[in-house]
Amino acid sequence: MKRIVKKHPLAIRWFHWLNFPILAVMIWSGMLIYWANDVYKIGWGDKTILKFFPDSFNKALNIPFRLAEGMNLHFFFMWIFAINGLLYVLFLLFSKEWKLIFPNKKSLKEAWFVVLHDLHIRKGLPPQKKYNAAQRIAYTGVIFMGLFMLLTGLAIYKPAQLYWLCYMLGGYEWARIEHFITTILFCLFFLVHIIQVILAGWNNFRGMVAGFEVIPLKKEMIVVADEEPIEPIETPIIKTDE
Amino acid sequence: MMEAKEKIVTAAQVRNKTLLSLFFLFLFMGSSVLTWKWLQKQPKDQGALKPLRKALDVNESIFNGMFSNYHLAKTYPKEMAVAKVRVNGSAGIGDNFDPSAWKLKVIKSPGDTLFISLDEIKKLPKTEIVYDFKCIEGWSQITHWAGVRFSDFVKKYGLDAQAQFQFTGLETPDDEYYVGIDTKSMMHPQTLLCYEMNDAPLPMNQGYPLRLIIPVKYGVKNIKRIGTIYFSSSRPPDYWYERGYDYYCGL
Repeated sequence: MKRIVKKHPLAIRWFHWLNFPILAVMIWSGMLIYWANDVYKIGWGDKTILKFFPDSFNKALNIPFRLAEGMNLHFFFMWIFAINGLLYVLFLLFSKEWKLIFPNKKSLKEAWFVVLHDLHIRKGLPPQKKYNAAQRIAYTGVIFMGLFMLLTGLAIYKPAQLYWLCYMLGGYEWARIEHFITTILFCLFFLVHIIQVILAGWNNFRGMVAGFEVIPLKKEMIVVADEEPIEPIETPIIKTDE
Repeated sequence: MMEAKEKIVTAAQVRNKTLLSLFFLFLFMGSSVLTWKWLQKQPKDQGALKPLRKALDVNESIFNGMFSNYHLAKTYPKEMAVAKVRVNGSAGIGDNFDPSAWKLKVIKSPGDTLFISLDEIKKLPKTEIVYDFKCIEGWSQITHWAGVRFSDFVKKYGLDAQAQFQFTGLETPDDEYYVGIDTKSMMHPQTLLCYEMNDAPLPMNQGYPLRLIIPVKYGVKNIKRIGTIYFSSSRPPDYWYERGYDYYCGL
């Protein structure tokens, strides 16, 4: 017998996985566009530590001279990205899932414990619901990054019609830089996310695929495990404040 | 109270539920890849994949609805304009050109054409603008231009009926470069038939004697060395449109 607990609702799983191909196309087409004016770098004065992007990188990915193609893809898939994101946020709000994902008063302090725990400095974690404090901050942050992506993107896309938006973001050139940096942050988020998912293991991953997690049976369940049905028991793991 | 989210099930049930969900995930990822491959194989319409071309046209109608003469490109004080203005593209401004023979040709209707000299254009009210000229490549530059508002030009030469046409076409004298622009954007108060840059006559490589400055569009629509202007109810040919770019290019 296995004891399973619901984790991610079906809608959230769909919103989550849709982002994978959408972001792949958006970032890819964004790179085709960026190439036409690839002026950003990390460095100072004449010193360059990292050029975005090195020529070999562009060549290897076949990026050069595809501006029109990039724009055409970008300005179609932007709608899918925006609609998927909007529906996701609406779902969070109406399903009360937001209570599980938005940080609360304790999150900042507890997130620090999570970091220490993950670095094997501290043992044990504060009690948590679906997400620990660090996850709450990271996942809520990435929602805002998505929103920021849309706003900076719109500001570059229609700087005259949406002059007020462009102004609020520091002008046309700043909006382009912000759009670019947010993309890099998205990629870094993705990298850390993948590593964390691998470290968290199969049971956690299955939560985002099948929607449930297997949790250990209680002692009294094991005794009767081979007999007939057992009443579901309220467990500390899913206990809520309500 | 929260609903009970916990269940006791058999190992086989766990396995079946997992496999079913994994199957759907692979189906989804697989169809994403197939959709991508399908898209890449679509025929092209003016250099752009047909479905994407359609999307661009839908975007055009959406953002065209937002267009207003009161939405202006940001302007700057004159001192902020750069001295060295970037030159990007030389199609249509080749050497086989006689400036002294130039006159702006405005086709009012078949058989009714105006020929207007630079001096006549310069007599019209002069408007200056300092704004960041935006290239479709992604760079921008604060530049200083002067000329006559296209809307003033239309009024002065009695082209109000022509300005009712949805599109305006512009061509270089040698016909090597040509753009089509929605007349609404042409009539925007910041759109200039421009003959001066940085308080001096336009340099040859910036389209002497007359070029278009249209801040609500990307640089590609700011045609240098205008030869002919005409009006049309359908899209006039457009150089970069034919090479896969958006027709509208509106900012």
